Amino acid sequence: MSGAIQFKGIRQGLLVTIPPDDEWAKVIADLAIRIDQQAAFFKGASLALDVDKRAVRRHELANLLNILQKRDVNLISVLSTSATTQGAARKLGLAIELVDPPTTTSHVPDALKITESPHEAPLLKSDVHGTEGLLIRRTLRSGQSVQHNGHVVVLGDVNAGSEIVAGGDIVVWGRLRGVVHAGAYGDETCVVCALDLQPTQLRIGALISVSPPSKKRRKHPERAYIDDGMIRAEPWTD
Amino acid sequence: MSGRVITITSGKGGVGKTTTTANLAMSLASLEQRVVAIDADIGLRNLDLMMGLENRIVYDLVDVVEGRCKLKQAMVKHKDYPALALIPASQVRDKTAISPQDMITVANELKHAHDFVLIDSPAGIEWGFKNAVAPADEVLVVTNPEVSAVRDADRIIGLLEAEERPVPVRLIVNRIKLGMVRRGDMLSVEDVVSLLSIKLIGVVPDDEIIIKSSNEGVAATGRPKQAFEDIARRLMGEKVPFMNLDSNGGVLERFRKLFGGG
Ligand SMILES: Nc1ncnc2c1ncn2[C@@H]1O[C@H](COP(=O)(O)OP(=O)(O)OP(=O)(O)O)[C@@H](O)[C@H]1O
Ligand SMILES: [Mg+2]
Repeated sequence: MSGAIQFKGIRQGLLVTIPPDDEWAKVIADLAIRIDQQAAFFKGASLALDVDKRAVRRHELANLLNILQKRDVNLISVLSTSATTQGAARKLGLAIELVDPPTTTSHVPDALKITESPHEAPLLKSDVHGTEGLLIRRTLRSGQSVQHNGHVVVLGDVNAGSEIVAGGDIVVWGRLRGVVHAGAYGDETCVVCALDLQPTQLRIGALISVSPPSKKRRKHPERAYIDDGMIRAEPWTD
Repeated sequence: MSGRVITITSGKGGVGKTTTTANLAMSLASLEQRVVAIDADIGLRNLDLMMGLENRIVYDLVDVVEGRCKLKQAMVKHKDYPALALIPASQVRDKTAISPQDMITVANELKHAHDFVLIDSPAGIEWGFKNAVAPADEVLVVTNPEVSAVRDADRIIGLLEAEERPVPVRLIVNRIKLGMVRRGDMLSVEDVVSLLSIKLIGVVPDDEIIIKSSNEGVAATGRPKQAFEDIARRLMGEKVPFMNLDSNGGVLERFRKLFGGG
């Protein structure tokens, strides 16, 4: 999952960070694929694109705009330290800093709002000794949803179409194919572990990562965590 | 001895519930079982068509429930199998005309004189589905080897597992095309079983025979007939090895081992 495009829910919408070394054409293609995989989620969203030092020329940015417009996604601003990129953005009428959404109707997709308004629950830190957990001894199936302030442990599969939102860690002793959100109150030290980690979407704190379409592959235990502002997955061996 | 009430359901529409109910009913009858099939798809009835009984219908399930006829009067005897009867759905009424309790009452009454009461469920997870599963002793979930059908089957299985009184649920994978599976263009039976993690009771090939026999209102022939007969035997408790649908041999060998014949 490393090197992937990252999405982060912020007050101004969705902040998109792209891998620094990928070719622009690949970035555009990957972004389009991600959006198409979850069209309903992205529809109408406002994006801020962080390209960091990358110099993006006007026609390159125009290509991206075109692709986003077709998908009903609004690119509002482009963040970059490159003068070329800033110039290109201005010419296309884009902001070069974060802009608040114009009205009270937030452009943050509904699915993300949980990070904006936590429940009335105490902040849980997963590294504090003795935090609470919920054990689920069955397979979570499509349409089923589990929400818990502490950790969630599943002895079974988490099938596509199901969802877990946990204040703490999520551990799945089985296949994880649904949508999971660990550290839902903002704890970025939380982890998600599974014997086969193939989530439709995985969130930790305010970060989002979408699995690439699954090819046939050998399943192996993995752990996802936040490292340097990115969700990464590593073999779950210890 | 009391019979068993078995509901055939799916979540997604059009995956072959009615085809399965009709053919299972005829297979069980040909194995000398006393069978009654109930069409619980009120308003969209077509089990009568697939069993070739459309022109013999006088009363239907709603007439029974609303007291316009006796249960016996609504049972349409099959022309080829004297021990097989159909209780048709109403064509004109909508599904809210019947409640889960009505279905339980009807099924309980039928159980005594029959070995199997098969109920053809409507698609979806709403009222009609709830009616159809209310009296079930067992449920057969039909799916196709397609992601969306499997997803809906999963949803249904989840709902059934969450019932107050969960009943055994087994899976039928219908419309498998081995050519496509071999080329990697279709989910295999193994994939579907592993996604849903429930017990498999049958695999039915995709075959034009089914379209033809359904249109004519007769039992399927050839491989599909064999597939339904195998399911019927498994329902009766026989250990029947899974049919080798792959003429080149091999592919089904593995889950024959995995599932030990059901
Ligand atoms: N194994 C098969 N091979 C080929 N065609 C099939 C097979 N199974 C079902 N069909 C065809 O698919 C169509 C739908 O089947 P059927 O009516 O049994 O589905 P259903 O699940 O009862 O649908 P509904 O949800 O509308 O009640 C029919 O035309 C039927 O002939
Ligand atoms: Mg039907």
